[in-house]
Amino acid sequence: MPVKSYLAHPHNGRKQELIESLSSLEECEVIPAENQDLLILVTDTEDNFQEKQLKGKLDAIESLKLLTMVSGFTTQKNDK
Amino acid sequence: MYTSLTNRRAFIKKMAVLSAMTAAATMFPGILFASDQEKNLPKGGNLNWKKAPCRFCGVGCGVMIGVEDGKAVAVKGDVNSPVNKGLCCVKGYHSVIAMYGKDRLTKPLVKKNGRYVETSMKEALDLVASKMKETIDNHGKDAVSIYGSGQWTIPDGYAASKLFKGCIGTNNVEANARLCMASAVTGFLTSFGLDEPMGCYEDIDHADVFFLWGNNMAEMHPVLFSRLLDQRLKRDAKIIDFATRTTRTSAAADKSILFKPQTDLAVANAICYEIVENGWVNESFVEKHCNFNKGITNMGYGLEDNYSFKDKPEKIDFAAYKEFLKDYTPEKVEKISGVSAKDIKYMAAYYGDPNKKVMSLWCMGMNQHTRGTWINNLVYNIHLLTGKISTPGNSPFSLTGQPSACGTVREVGTLTHKLPHGVVTNEEHRKFAAKIWDVPVENIPAKPTYHTVEMFRALDRGDIRFMWIQVTNPMVTMPKLKRYRDGAKKEGRFIVVSDIYPTPTTDIADVILPSAMWVEREGMYGNSERRTQYFEQMVNPPGEAMSDTWQLIEVAKRMGYEKQFYYSEENHIEEIYTEYRKHHDNKKHNMAPLEVLKENPGMQWPYVDGKPTKWRFNSKYDPACSNGEEFHFYGKPDGKAIIWQRPYEPAAEEPDSEYPFWLNTGRVLEHWHTGSMTRRIPVLHQAMPHAYVELNPGDAKQMQIKTGDMVKLTTRRGEITLPASVNERGVPTPKQVFVPFFDENMLINDITLDSFCPISKEPDYKKCAVKVEKA
Ligand code: SF4
Repeated sequence: MPVKSYLAHPHNGRKQELIESLSSLEECEVIPAENQDLLILVTDTEDNFQEKQLKGKLDAIESLKLLTMVSGFTTQKNDK
Repeated sequence: MYTSLTNRRAFIKKMAVLSAMTAAATMFPGILFASDQEKNLPKGGNLNWKKAPCRFCGVGCGVMIGVEDGKAVAVKGDVNSPVNKGLCCVKGYHSVIAMYGKDRLTKPLVKKNGRYVETSMKEALDLVASKMKETIDNHGKDAVSIYGSGQWTIPDGYAASKLFKGCIGTNNVEANARLCMASAVTGFLTSFGLDEPMGCYEDIDHADVFFLWGNNMAEMHPVLFSRLLDQRLKRDAKIIDFATRTTRTSAAADKSILFKPQTDLAVANAICYEIVENGWVNESFVEKHCNFNKGITNMGYGLEDNYSFKDKPEKIDFAAYKEFLKDYTPEKVEKISGVSAKDIKYMAAYYGDPNKKVMSLWCMGMNQHTRGTWINNLVYNIHLLTGKISTPGNSPFSLTGQPSACGTVREVGTLTHKLPHGVVTNEEHRKFAAKIWDVPVENIPAKPTYHTVEMFRALDRGDIRFMWIQVTNPMVTMPKLKRYRDGAKKEGRFIVVSDIYPTPTTDIADVILPSAMWVEREGMYGNSERRTQYFEQMVNPPGEAMSDTWQLIEVAKRMGYEKQFYYSEENHIEEIYTEYRKHHDNKKHNMAPLEVLKENPGMQWPYVDGKPTKWRFNSKYDPACSNGEEFHFYGKPDGKAIIWQRPYEPAAEEPDSEYPFWLNTGRVLEHWHTGSMTRRIPVLHQAMPHAYVELNPGDAKQMQIKTGDMVKLTTRRGEITLPASVNERGVPTPKQVFVPFFDENMLINDITLDSFCPISKEPDYKKCAVKVEKA
């Protein structure tokens, strides 16, 4: 049950579009910076399969220029 | 504290947000987020965060490990680390999961009548010591050997070198960094007289142009590549990818230039030709700080047993060097390399522009090369001719693959010819080491024995009878693997393997010792930018698993070396590190004391007067400079660096009518080297479950091969069948195929060639001839 956080960089002038695309994905939480072209993305998936599917969806977002990972958390099995 | 699952997940998500905000604040000072997002963020909850260098690659990111109930459960980038400034890649994040695979080795196993039987650690170590003694008695000291790793911690490598070279008295000490970094070492030694980069990662924040020489940084050094991309976003820095295969790095670069395998030698010379021809030489720098040399050519490729080579450097002058470069006009080199004269001039113009700061970065492409030392020399030539070296942003930078290839193998000196300070061939260096080790100087033999390939050949021949392998998996990584696997299995060989999981290498072992991994013990790694990083023991190793350092100490004591291995169980890491520092007690290499390492996210050497040295050989930054000039290349007796005349020569085995393709091998983002750890991390294993063969789309079309079709590869060493990958992650140039080596079920090294650079003895995994057929 992985929770991960990333810094997401939009292509020039496409920050709003990126916010909207990411926010439309159920597994994603988005926190835009107010004074920079940068968003924080937190993903929360049930299992590795869902995580893989989400990765495919993120790869397809055209306004996303670069995604850099910051942290990852593994929740214990008995937390399910 | 957090009893409800909903609460716990919400808490964890807030922690994730906090990590990201802290990283963002490091990368974009003054960045603001909506204030309602910032309130109620947790301070750390019941997770205990502790700092460590990442377990995996040589970038050496600082990470924070979250420990809960005795288990490591979370990883985040350390915002205090100048290496990664809070970032972390997919491998780094998953590193803690690698400790908890179901089939961790937890008990020693001894082979009896063809089957492995569990035993106690005490008995296993008794057996290792007695077998080693018996082998020495029957076959001599040079019949025992140790083969370690760039994933050894500094104390592991130090204990191994002291035991084998100092106490037993054999130079049969090698490490897998021979397979990845040896050409970088000989490149540095021949050009500058001292190993390791003069610059540091901070160069990235100053450079205007980044040249990547055969270096797929996006996959292999992802966090550093993010830093490059960040500089492009902020300052419009340019990234130029110069490679034999189109990769994720090429896709992200400003320009991708492809060359035919091995011809980087010719292109580097053509860049120098252009620099000279256009008057871009920094004349005063060259005059004050450089000499010109040439060496022996047509050196061969080390294909035969007992091959030996010694270069004979000969001084030349600038005029002779200019004459030599005339064979490398862009137009002539276009024909050899497939790189257009226009692109060669484009690259040369960046290097030649006095207003552009240039960083060259490379890793396996230049090192795993039958002329690896030469191509390292040639890239230094470019930087020396233009004086673009040892200043912020002007930096030829050789990256490492493993977390402590620099810290352990290169600095501790766990190679046959090396000592922690200096080389075995130098009497003064032997005396110096013997004094610190408290052994008679006669113990340390003056002659190196076997480099890695020759060591496995010696095992096959029977010259070596006992080999102890720690933290590495040579039965996946040796080139021309079948010969060495068969050799290791021969009667009368005794193999000990220390590892954390079963691998093809534990399959050939007579004794398997379970090792403690990374933060299950205490230690240090040293990364690519001369940064030594300490980590404490954070969790307990499983079962009877024991650190490699302590395994070596236990065996040393059993062999009668209690005096030299006086270390205590509680403090042995500190005791070893303190002793090790004595070898480097000088302005050129001083290491920071342990307290400093504990307090900081690593510290760079030379550490002088309480300060790290960021740019060596530059008197503004480096207290070891003493010639009164701006630069001092003090590794050479006259203080001058060397510009080498090195020609283009073909590879050991080039495509022909029978084997018409090039075979190139390498790594993938998801897996750490042979995959023994990352294949046990479900998400990484699922993302990249098996090896494949990448084909050029034109070749694939002609052979009617689609992604997923089985393809048979045949070389003079054997054959292998793998699924095809066309137009996916990487695209090789026409008539070239690429296969990753991480998959123990598809051992590509069974068919690679064991040719190596005659100077560095590092094998070329990037080039041999192969036949490609639809299976
Ligand atoms: S880039 Fe290398 S050191 Fe950094 S987190 Fe990834 S694997 Fe670890």
